Amino acid sequence: MSVTRKDVDNVAALARLSFTDKEKEELIGTLNNILGYFDKLSELNTENVEPLTHILPVQNVMRDDEIKPSLDQETALKNAPKHARGHFVIPKVIE
Amino acid sequence: MELFESGACDLAIKIKTGTISSEEVTKAVLQKIEQREYDINAYITTTPELALKRAKSIDIQRIQGKDIGLLGGIPMAIKDSIITAGIRTTAGSHILENFIPPYNAHVIDKLLDAGAVIVGKTNTDEFTMGSTCETSYFKPARNPHNTGRVTGGSSGGSAAALAAHECIAALGSDTGGSIRQPASFCGITGIKPTYGRVSRYGLIAYASSLDQIGPMTKSVKDSALVLSVIAGYDNRDSTCLNEPVPDYLTEIDSGISGIKIGLPKEYFEEGLDSEVCDITMKAVEIMKSEGAEFIDISLPHTEYAIPTYYLLATAEASANLERYDGVRYGYRAENPENLYDMYCKSRSEGFGIEVKRRIMLGTYCLSAGYYDAYYRKAQKVRRLIKEDFDKAFKTVDAILTPVSPTPAFPLGSKINDPLQMYLADIYTISLNLAGLPGISVPAGKTSDNLPVGVQFMGRVLDENLLFRLAYALERNVGTSLTYEGAVV
Repeated sequence: MSVTRKDVDNVAALARLSFTDKEKEELIGTLNNILGYFDKLSELNTENVEPLTHILPVQNVMRDDEIKPSLDQETALKNAPKHARGHFVIPKVIE
Repeated sequence: MELFESGACDLAIKIKTGTISSEEVTKAVLQKIEQREYDINAYITTTPELALKRAKSIDIQRIQGKDIGLLGGIPMAIKDSIITAGIRTTAGSHILENFIPPYNAHVIDKLLDAGAVIVGKTNTDEFTMGSTCETSYFKPARNPHNTGRVTGGSSGGSAAALAAHECIAALGSDTGGSIRQPASFCGITGIKPTYGRVSRYGLIAYASSLDQIGPMTKSVKDSALVLSVIAGYDNRDSTCLNEPVPDYLTEIDSGISGIKIGLPKEYFEEGLDSEVCDITMKAVEIMKSEGAEFIDISLPHTEYAIPTYYLLATAEASANLERYDGVRYGYRAENPENLYDMYCKSRSEGFGIEVKRRIMLGTYCLSAGYYDAYYRKAQKVRRLIKEDFDKAFKTVDAILTPVSPTPAFPLGSKINDPLQMYLADIYTISLNLAGLPGISVPAGKTSDNLPVGVQFMGRVLDENLLFRLAYALERNVGTSLTYEGAVV
């Protein structure tokens, strides 16, 4: 497997990132270099190995559904780049 | 000895008994920050006014006869990936340059309850993604032992602040070695606790299945003291363990006679600098003279740890960093054409190159068609790596290894070759994959006068033994405060 220009365009769109043509060329090189090394994992036969998703045997951590204090609206909006009348403001999405 | 050269344990007693005031200690530290920061860059943000105000109030509480806590009046530095209410927290990124958190991380509440005085937020690689502190948006931190060298990373700011006496104790975070490697490079002590020992609530996430907060200090006893304050259950982090927290100081001096320590052969192969190897072997001799027994062991999947780690960590990072969208907090690009454009521009202008590279790598590995070959494969190998440790810990109580293949290297020497940079994490990342605790403690200096640490790894929740082992070594080598050539 090797990373192509099309892959970079596709992945950048998924990740909501944009790059210049020069940056894309560099990324193709770096990603192929890194993933080329990572192909080392294919040396290992892992057919019968169960994937490890949680390192500790902690399961279904539940708590009571209690109402607790949380941030008020004013505090929650304090770091917003743009807000109005208690809402986050974003560019128009409906034509 | 000057005030700022003391450790947290000593100062806590002196402040408690009124021998000195928190204000005096805090002033001494703030003065050191003023003197050293121009060439160290340990801090992204300092809070001198807040710190002095807090120190004075701790002093008043003491005079009133109140309990000022285990860390009462101690000036501490906090890595800027840990959020602090009302104090700017950037994670070393442009995208959070003006972010002022509305609440505290769990560990910050714990430190404040114990009387600590926060003097500032320390430099870090952007979103903790780096091994040198050079990917920080603001400025690279410099190693106080040689300012032409890196501090290591990502918790390089906390390590440098300690080595330059710009704080008394500090917190770092460790996803693949980010506490232990800079601790080794800067000649201080750093512990990555067992995954789940310390709540991650309020730690800006990089890779959630690997991230852990830990103390960085000038001595092993200080490390034990700070961990006993920050460890423990918190229901706001569902991976936090509900296990009692021992007093790590009680048994620290009980010796290590009869303790079985493993030496994994894979950690002493090609690539290990000869001076680092010599210093590590000298530590082995010291531990033997203290009564420990050494056993040769093997961790056969070590060579697969780097690809496994970087596949899982970048995949998790790509998901964790989705939240930086320019809507609720953080940087937003000017004049976007539409919503999609706003996301793309804000993220592309807000993140640095290494962060973007890791988001791309992670997104690629999780994308349709590659998930099984990369992400799932890495999860399987993670189990094999963990099983290596399970097997080893049937015959040994702890493992001793180098922390990093080399001492601190020159600034700029690896930053342009990401793969080479990743490969240097070889001795620290397996531990995060296995969720185990590890401590880096100073073991000596190279002929160039650069500090070198060694690492003790332990079983799940066996931090107590790690402190005993590290303390036994420290008694022979000296702490970062006393060993030859300590920086002032």
